[in-house]
Amino acid sequence: MTENKNDKKIGVFVCHCGINIASTVDVDKLVEEFSKYSDVSHTENYKYMCSDPGQKLISAAIKKHKLNGLVIACCSPTLHENTFRRLSENSGLNAYLCEIANIREQCSWVHEDKTEGTKKAIKIVKTIVEKVRKNESLTPVEVPVTKKALVIGAGIAGMQAALDIADAGKKVILVEKSPSIGGHMAQLSETFPTLDCSQCILTPKMVDVAQNPNITLYTYSEIEDLEGCVGNFKVKIRKKARYIDEELCTGCGICVNKCPSKKALDEFNVELTTRPAIYVPFPQAVPNIPVIDKENCLFFQKDACRICEKVCGPKAIRFDQEDEFIEEEVGAIVVATGYDLLPITEMREYGYGKYKDVINGLQFERLLSASGPTEGEVRRPSDSKIPKDVVFIQCSGSRNPEYYKSYCSKICCMYASKHAMLYKHRVPDGHSYIFYIDIRSGGKGYEEFVQRAQEEENVVYLRGRPAKVYQEGDKMVVWGVDTLSGQQITIKADLVVLAQAIIPRNGVEELIKKLKIQTDEHGFLSEAHPKLRPVETNTSGIFLAGCAQAPRDIPETVAQASGSAAKALTLLSIDKIHHLPIVATVDEDLCSGCEICIGTCPYSAREIDEEKKIAIVNEVLCEGCGSCVSACPSSASQQKNFTDGQFEEMIKAILE
Amino acid sequence: MQKEISTKKIFSKLLEKFETISGENTFNCYQCGCCSAACPVASEMDLLPSQVMRYIQIGLTDEVLNGNTMWICATCYACQARCPRGIDIATVMETLRQIKLRKNEDWTVLGKIDVDELNKLPPIALISNLRKMTG
Amino acid sequence: MKKIAYYPGCTLKTTAANFEESAIESMKKFDIELEELDRWNCCGTVFSLATDDLMHHIAAIRNLIRVKEEKSNQVMTLCAMCYNTLKRSNQRVKSNQEDLDKINDFMYKEDLNYNADVDVLHLLPYLRDEITFSKIAKRVKKSLNDIKFSAFYGCTLLRPKEIQIDDPFMPTILENLITALGGETVETPYAIECCGAYQTVNQVDVVVERTKVIIDGARNQGAEAIVTSCPLCAFNLDHRQKETKKKYSKFIEMPVFYFTELLAYGLGIEFKKEWKDLHYVDPLSIFKN
Repeated sequence: MTENKNDKKIGVFVCHCGINIASTVDVDKLVEEFSKYSDVSHTENYKYMCSDPGQKLISAAIKKHKLNGLVIACCSPTLHENTFRRLSENSGLNAYLCEIANIREQCSWVHEDKTEGTKKAIKIVKTIVEKVRKNESLTPVEVPVTKKALVIGAGIAGMQAALDIADAGKKVILVEKSPSIGGHMAQLSETFPTLDCSQCILTPKMVDVAQNPNITLYTYSEIEDLEGCVGNFKVKIRKKARYIDEELCTGCGICVNKCPSKKALDEFNVELTTRPAIYVPFPQAVPNIPVIDKENCLFFQKDACRICEKVCGPKAIRFDQEDEFIEEEVGAIVVATGYDLLPITEMREYGYGKYKDVINGLQFERLLSASGPTEGEVRRPSDSKIPKDVVFIQCSGSRNPEYYKSYCSKICCMYASKHAMLYKHRVPDGHSYIFYIDIRSGGKGYEEFVQRAQEEENVVYLRGRPAKVYQEGDKMVVWGVDTLSGQQITIKADLVVLAQAIIPRNGVEELIKKLKIQTDEHGFLSEAHPKLRPVETNTSGIFLAGCAQAPRDIPETVAQASGSAAKALTLLSIDKIHHLPIVATVDEDLCSGCEICIGTCPYSAREIDEEKKIAIVNEVLCEGCGSCVSACPSSASQQKNFTDGQFEEMIKAILE
Repeated sequence: MQKEISTKKIFSKLLEKFETISGENTFNCYQCGCCSAACPVASEMDLLPSQVMRYIQIGLTDEVLNGNTMWICATCYACQARCPRGIDIATVMETLRQIKLRKNEDWTVLGKIDVDELNKLPPIALISNLRKMTG
Repeated sequence: MKKIAYYPGCTLKTTAANFEESAIESMKKFDIELEELDRWNCCGTVFSLATDDLMHHIAAIRNLIRVKEEKSNQVMTLCAMCYNTLKRSNQRVKSNQEDLDKINDFMYKEDLNYNADVDVLHLLPYLRDEITFSKIAKRVKKSLNDIKFSAFYGCTLLRPKEIQIDDPFMPTILENLITALGGETVETPYAIECCGAYQTVNQVDVVVERTKVIIDGARNQGAEAIVTSCPLCAFNLDHRQKETKKKYSKFIEMPVFYFTELLAYGLGIEFKKEWKDLHYVDPLSIFKN
């Protein structure tokens, strides 16, 4: 028994986590070991500490033994630190006197040998006991919440999130990079599995967004900068110059009609057509205000033309307009930046994008769409002929870790069935073939939809991924295979549609850097927990929705957007939030005011007290990252409950 | 006839040997069939390359070793250049050949070839053939 | 004159001597002497893929030792299969010290230890990157006069990716050479596919089928001749036209060239009768001047 040198009464509670911990760590041995400590007043183990009986036994022990320090040896603190700290607080013990010793992820899960595992677990718990000995009671910092949300991206995800938040009576700033809201959904023809017209269900929502008094819409705008943290973000928005006076413009469209420069590739039609240099992306665009594309404008490039200026009735053209910066304060952020398709130019085996009649799924949507370049008649890009044989290739760039993307893009199986079906409706004497690897049709009514394509619409399904597409005369030849019959197959097609992998929106990396949030290896936004916190990022107050996180379809996107909105609203409904009190402190006697900490702090939380000539900490802004503590040359900066003294004892405990 | 399969038959000594010689894991294959679609000589094969992979996955190695796929393969790498899972199928074929050749079962028997025909061949053809098809 | 160590390989010394001669003569026009190694042996022609088969890399590595003995750090090849085999064996020992040590031990009688420090070159990328096609175009004496060629790359210069000399799915190096020489090129899907390779020994029908598809495919695109970059492809596509014709009476024959022959022709070097005699289909019929 070690001598009790302090007045500590620590409780050590060891969780079996079923067999997750208990199979590799001798939980009885742990109890035996820590009962030897003089300042450990109570120790016991239990099958599931996080369960109700588990929590009750901890609570009872706190009260019975008047514990003033708590060590829970269990899973990772990211999972249950909150659970046990809340329990601690409710049982009359300051939450910050409770610490987690992670003996699951850092011990039992990664080891096999029980003797060694037990030894390591003892060391881990020992370090935490050392830490708890010197932990102080802390009180969370209270911060008021700015009751306004920022939604980035105004596709269906961002629009839904914005509408939900606005409908709950909170103000929303909605920022969209392109000239109109609507996103990719505005480009779609009809939607699976009900085949309702995409525009018909989307455009009313777009109008709702524009007319909602709680939504402030910034289109053709991007996030320039973001500061602050949960509850109080400061965002700087760059409103790019449209070169149009938005107040004066009536959206009559005469400038668009008269513009002589018509060579720019039309983004909305996925480069199947061209558009003028002054343009509205599509007739139902919100706002219905044109934008001048500088790169293609004769005035900007050659100082000539100015026809739009001459024909504009209300005189709304402003060639001298400059980007505008707007600053807003918000309490919560929803990131809904959407997706792009992997460029066809990367497809080695399918011609690197050099064949006009090899197109991607979104291009085919435009060919099917009544608002598309062919007004819904399926005509192929090269010669405008109606294609009689169309081949759809699935997993083009998806499920291909060797050369492209390892993940499944999730929606292609369904939209290919839809494409083949809609094509048959438009071209009744046409033939459609779908090369697939596996059909993934999990979703309400999805499997039935695929079955309908096969049984009633005569779509030919071939199992295999084609090896090559090339041009022979006016045909696109596809070399494929049907693995079910074991036959090599050649199809001479008129049009080939590639289900390109879904990738994060082009250029989103810049934004992610500004938001300081994390992505996975593919650039999709990371959620805080894959199961239990799917719409939150690891940065408190920033939520995510839609394909920015991972490939998904419209119903799932809308549901997730509403989920994000609900999370944001939870935050905006409270008056004050508690900021983690584990922040930096300054020992006034040691600080020389050298200002090194000020340059080091990424959150602008350090400043100089001009009177005392020392550096102080703004506890509201401090995120407890510890940068200043390690940078401080005189050890004046210390982090609460992570002091140098604590670390010293913890390291000793490991090395013993 | 029903084929009786078992994990014992699948994870056999032969599979171990196969994995040692090839350094490839056939269970990586998810049967997209791209190798078979790409193979320029598949029309001459008993089993398509992807079928060979599948047969190995379910332990039907006798069928594979008695088939002609690995002997028709010309190691052109059209399959390997496309495999989404990075499997070197050419090496899989070489390994199957090696398993036969190491049992002293040659594919090419020069004595069976007309001498005039042999004389016409460039050395590059003869040597590469003998390197791949004899032990 | 700049000298580059040169490894000929078996076929360019025998049934494809025309390929070697045309290459050596052509390089002289650019002040480069391909200096044959004093001593060399068979490279093995095909790279052994078995992980446990080190024996078959010894032949290749021994040749690279010969290069070092000539005080050179690079060696030129003209044959695609030699290039592939030498380069890949070299890469294997370069990335595997244990293999290298074993091979060095095996060859203990050699005067020097091999350190995996020889660069294996092939003439085709050398023409593109060092001589440059624009320079070649300026030196053309006899233009290919818009003759339409279909390039046939075969496998071993393009795959696997560790040794590829060009984009493996859409290579352009042969086409660019032909264009520099004044010819035209047509595109076929077969250019990067296999000719049947060594199946030509005992499974001739495999090669006959390939030959038919490849030559017909080229003809359909308007090609008048094939240009190859592998001696085995050259043999199969040229000489196996005889068996192809026997099997398919409507099959129309087409001349098949090695890229070095066309280079030599363009640079004004005489297309000798001995060169012609090594072809099956008369190569001279297509030349218009």
